[in-house]
Amino acid sequence: MIGLTHYLVVAAILFTMGVLGIFLNRKNIIVILMAIELILLAVNLNLVAFSAYLHDLVGQVFAMFVLTVAAGEAAVGLAILVIYFRGRGTIAVDDVNRMKG
Amino acid sequence: MIQAIAFYLFAIVTVAAAAMTISARNPVHSVLWLIVAFFNAAGLMVLAGAEFIAMLLVIVYVGAVAVLFLFVVMMLDIDFAELRAGFVKYLPLGLALAVLLVAELVFYGVGAWGTDSLQLARRVAPTPEAVPNIQAIGDLLYTRYLFVFEGAGLVLLVAMIGAIVLTHRQRAGTRPQNIARQNARRPWEAIRNVQPPVGQGVEL
Repeated sequence: MIGLTHYLVVAAILFTMGVLGIFLNRKNIIVILMAIELILLAVNLNLVAFSAYLHDLVGQVFAMFVLTVAAGEAAVGLAILVIYFRGRGTIAVDDVNRMKG
Repeated sequence: MIQAIAFYLFAIVTVAAAAMTISARNPVHSVLWLIVAFFNAAGLMVLAGAEFIAMLLVIVYVGAVAVLFLFVVMMLDIDFAELRAGFVKYLPLGLALAVLLVAELVFYGVGAWGTDSLQLARRVAPTPEAVPNIQAIGDLLYTRYLFVFEGAGLVLLVAMIGAIVLTHRQRAGTRPQNIARQNARRPWEAIRNVQPPVGQGVEL
């Protein structure tokens, strides 16, 4: 069987890819949302790997809840994106400062 | 041996697809690379023995979330070249920070971690022997985690209603279905029994 460390390293690289994606695509909020999905995927990979190697099912149950929240987050995030685009005609993150308070 | 080959194949393709996701020029390609990454991550999870989560990943992410992304990317008419400005500017610093972060995670996070001090006897729900993964998860999910499971369903319901309420708009000039009026309609308003004499038509 593959060692746990291998899984953790893959998940760590995947997590870093997500963070880097947020960093590089600072204006394109669609790619930022995709990078967040990558980060959540890395977290799920960690949960599943620990669950498999400690023989404890709770990790997989928890991964399912993370999946649920990720799906809800994507749906609401994209809905906000769509209404923002309708109002402004752009999705550049830089000028999301209309509600200055 | 075959397991190791499969693991490295899935791992390398997952990481490469993630790299393409964040660096692709066209967001549609980004979404497609994201799908590749999810498929291969599902393969990794199958290798770890978590078939249910793997299938869930394929169904939920590839079937729903990725299609949602694709739908939004194609629906919005955006000049994506303009949004890529600054990509090259942030690349050196971003790569340096990423290398630093991954080194920290691997050497101080993964490297310092060990099962030695962990008390395996204190596991919350030990994986039962000779029970399929799906059945084991179901046994746990519908008993101990029932309320959390229903809470997850509630989260999805709220997300669905929220997305509909946010994006729904009333447009002028359309003639939508009026359900109240349809329900209030009664047979005697709509039909009339007549007995026309032979040879004559019906006066409407």
